[in-house]
Amino acid sequence: MAEIHLKTLAHSYSANPQSDTEYAIREMDHVWDQGGAYALLGPSGCGKSTLLNIISGLLSPSEGEVLFDGQRVNELSPAERNIAQVFQFPVIYDSMTVFDNLAFPLRNMKVRESKVQKKVLEIAEILELQDVLKNKAKNLTADEKQKVSMGRGLVRDDVSAILFDEPLTVIDPHLKWKLRRKLKQIHEQFNLTMVYVTHDQLEAATFADKIALMYGGQIVQFGTPRELFEKPNHTFVGYFIGSPGMNFIEVKRSESGVEFDGLKVSLDEGLQDFLEQIPSSNLKIGIRPEFVHVSVESITGSYECAVTHVEDLGTYKIVTLDLKGRSLKARLDEDQQVPEHKAYVSFPKQWLKLYVDEYLVEGDSE
Amino acid sequence: MNKQTKKKLGISAYIFFVLLPIYWLLNMSFKSNEEILGTLTLWPENFTFDNYAVIFTDPTWYMGYVNSMLYVTMNMVITLVVALPAAYAFSRYKFTGDKHLFFWLLTNRMAPPAVFLLPFFQLYSSVGLFDTHLAVALAHCLFSVPLAVWILEGFMSGVPREIDETAYIDGYSFHKFFIKIFLPMIGSGIGVTAFFSFMFSWVELLLARTLTSVEAKPIAAIMTRTVGATGIDWGVLSAAGVLTIIPGLLVIWFVRNHVAKGFALGRV
Amino acid sequence: MNKVENNKAWFLVLPVVLLVAFSAVVPLMTVVNYSVQDIFDVNTAYFVGAEWYREILQDPRLQDSLVRQFIFSFFVLLIEIPLGIAVALMMPTKGRGASLCLILLAIPLLIPLNVVGTIWQVFGRTDIGLFGWALTSIGIDYNYASNPIDAWFTVLLMDVWHWTSLVALLCYSGLRAIPDAYYQAASIDRASGWAIFRYIQLPKLQSVLVIGVLLRFMDSFMIYTEPFVLTGGGPGNSTTFLSQTLTQMAIGQFDVGPAAAFSLIYFLIVLLVSWLFFTTISHLDKAK
Repeated sequence: MAEIHLKTLAHSYSANPQSDTEYAIREMDHVWDQGGAYALLGPSGCGKSTLLNIISGLLSPSEGEVLFDGQRVNELSPAERNIAQVFQFPVIYDSMTVFDNLAFPLRNMKVRESKVQKKVLEIAEILELQDVLKNKAKNLTADEKQKVSMGRGLVRDDVSAILFDEPLTVIDPHLKWKLRRKLKQIHEQFNLTMVYVTHDQLEAATFADKIALMYGGQIVQFGTPRELFEKPNHTFVGYFIGSPGMNFIEVKRSESGVEFDGLKVSLDEGLQDFLEQIPSSNLKIGIRPEFVHVSVESITGSYECAVTHVEDLGTYKIVTLDLKGRSLKARLDEDQQVPEHKAYVSFPKQWLKLYVDEYLVEGDSE
Repeated sequence: MNKQTKKKLGISAYIFFVLLPIYWLLNMSFKSNEEILGTLTLWPENFTFDNYAVIFTDPTWYMGYVNSMLYVTMNMVITLVVALPAAYAFSRYKFTGDKHLFFWLLTNRMAPPAVFLLPFFQLYSSVGLFDTHLAVALAHCLFSVPLAVWILEGFMSGVPREIDETAYIDGYSFHKFFIKIFLPMIGSGIGVTAFFSFMFSWVELLLARTLTSVEAKPIAAIMTRTVGATGIDWGVLSAAGVLTIIPGLLVIWFVRNHVAKGFALGRV
Repeated sequence: MNKVENNKAWFLVLPVVLLVAFSAVVPLMTVVNYSVQDIFDVNTAYFVGAEWYREILQDPRLQDSLVRQFIFSFFVLLIEIPLGIAVALMMPTKGRGASLCLILLAIPLLIPLNVVGTIWQVFGRTDIGLFGWALTSIGIDYNYASNPIDAWFTVLLMDVWHWTSLVALLCYSGLRAIPDAYYQAASIDRASGWAIFRYIQLPKLQSVLVIGVLLRFMDSFMIYTEPFVLTGGGPGNSTTFLSQTLTQMAIGQFDVGPAAAFSLIYFLIVLLVSWLFFTTISHLDKAK
């Protein structure tokens, strides 16, 4: 059983990194608790696979430490770390049967054959592979192959964490949810730490209790799917999570808050006080399309804007609005009235976020 | 000793084994016959280019290289030109007799060249091709084409059909698609096919010698001249041998980046 | 891949068919023709049926060289296939070292066969060759020109030197096609070096090894020039293989009829054995 602690960890593929951009992983400190189901989410090239390989031991970090239950494991090989990993493309031993595939790690550890039998059958049942045990692994379907590669981790009693590297890439869409549910079930049953790398936010949200969102070699936010959605603490999180992403508008300071193109946006007092203390002029306000209030009639505090596009997605509509030359998206439920040509939008205060130098700032009131 | 060091030692030892006989030939080519037949020396004591001078000043010598190059090049060109469309047909279409035809082609690679010695001689004499470069090139095609079709078919099957269809939808004509899009995608395959065609044609002697007498005589056949009244002229023989290695080196140099991928012949 | 039914594809294969027909079918017909006739001169020929075949099958020259040929090909495969795999496994996987290894290994493949013969003829001589000289100076009585065992040893060593690289390059290429994830998974599964070879590398090498075995069998079975230059088939007939026996018969003695019958039998043996190899290997795979 393991708690995985990444302590002042950083990694660069070049020997003498000169600048931040040469780091695949920038210095971070992060803890994955024992028994949690985590997703490591991010666009391709953000360093998430690198991070996963550092945890599994396929890659040695250039700086910092990896601690399993407080023990430094930097020098240990993947085999010695008691972790299992499921790769993007299923890795199975072609020439063996499914049974032999599952028994392989145990036999490598010289486990008694009677125990191997028992353990393999037990895992095969959980993974619903009983019927194909005698088949050649080569002839399995992609989802069965992924189950076999996961099974090789589960048969070992000593495995304390399973790492998944985009395991559903080659799975048929209609089987994805099934396999994902299986993962969930295994997580509940085995009390294992699971880290799941993906670029798909939906996959991350359905699998994980907590998501670590990576961007530019850093974990920019670590929280529940809900937290990432409601309170993105970096503009990138806002863009990346949600569909469509968060609306951001560059703003300038004004007396009672911030303004853009002469339109004033008032802020909480707490935020207002905070804003006066910092020098930066890189200010943005952000609001999710779901929280933009759209009405046909003008109401107090609303801004007039033009409707440029309406996309009907069945149960809801995405309306693209033009607010003084800035594009703004809003999500309307199907029972809401869709304005034509002209609309009035307002930003409910509790959903309007302020970003300074791309990071969220929160007022005292919250 | 760790595993990596062991591997390095092993591969170095094998490469040493590969290079040593070649080194010996090179060594001899810079020696005079007196030195060769005298005491054994690991390094030429009286370094000389005389042996090479003999070859480069005598047209009957150097024309041998020209002849060999000519028919090898012809063989490579013919092989690629006929094998590419055929391989494409086998990899993309089903047609009457396709499987049998493919198998029949391959069986020709299994025919011992010695079997064709006499009939080739008669065939090419009767059509007036005897002692021409074309005769040798055509004869070698019998062995290089089947392998070429087979190698290229493997690579082409690895290219998804959708690529073809997308190109047609984008308005490419077949020619344009084939040359501009398809061929670059199987670059490794073409490189390795050329390598194999060269390999077969350049090293083969039995047919090349039988089908030529003067005009198209290959270097390999001319080398037998070094046996004279006074015995074998070892120095010149070595120099001639060294010179036959150079074109091969050039070919390897050109295809070196395709070897890692291409040598699996599209079969993995 | 599902192929499209289209008989127009015949136009694409037509050039190959014509070319091969011209250089294979016509000569082969001639051979068949000769093999059933007794030819005195251009105008006088008698149909003799299967007589040449009967004669040639009982000819001790053919029988002896056939046995020698099988022993030779057997040893060639026995040595070159495992050695080739071993060399491929030892090669560096990337960088300049890898390119250099590839280039150096490929050199013997592109040396004309008679030059290969010459190289070893010189190399093995006890007076002017490093190899022969080295063996004699450490007290081994070695002479490939007079001792049949030495001659065999030298011919085999030459073939190993010449062709192991081909097997090695095929395997090297096959090994490069294995994704890293396989090695990573094996490492996590605590597989030993042997288990990695047995369960990951060897299965992935299977298809290239089939090619390697076939090519090496066919080419070693047709070997002519190298032993001809090296030993001239001797001492005695100890290194005279099938192609050389055939050439002696066809060109040397101009026994056209028997030589033609010989040719066809020879061809059929290569076909048969190649087919046997191929089907056994692919069946072995399916049966498992």
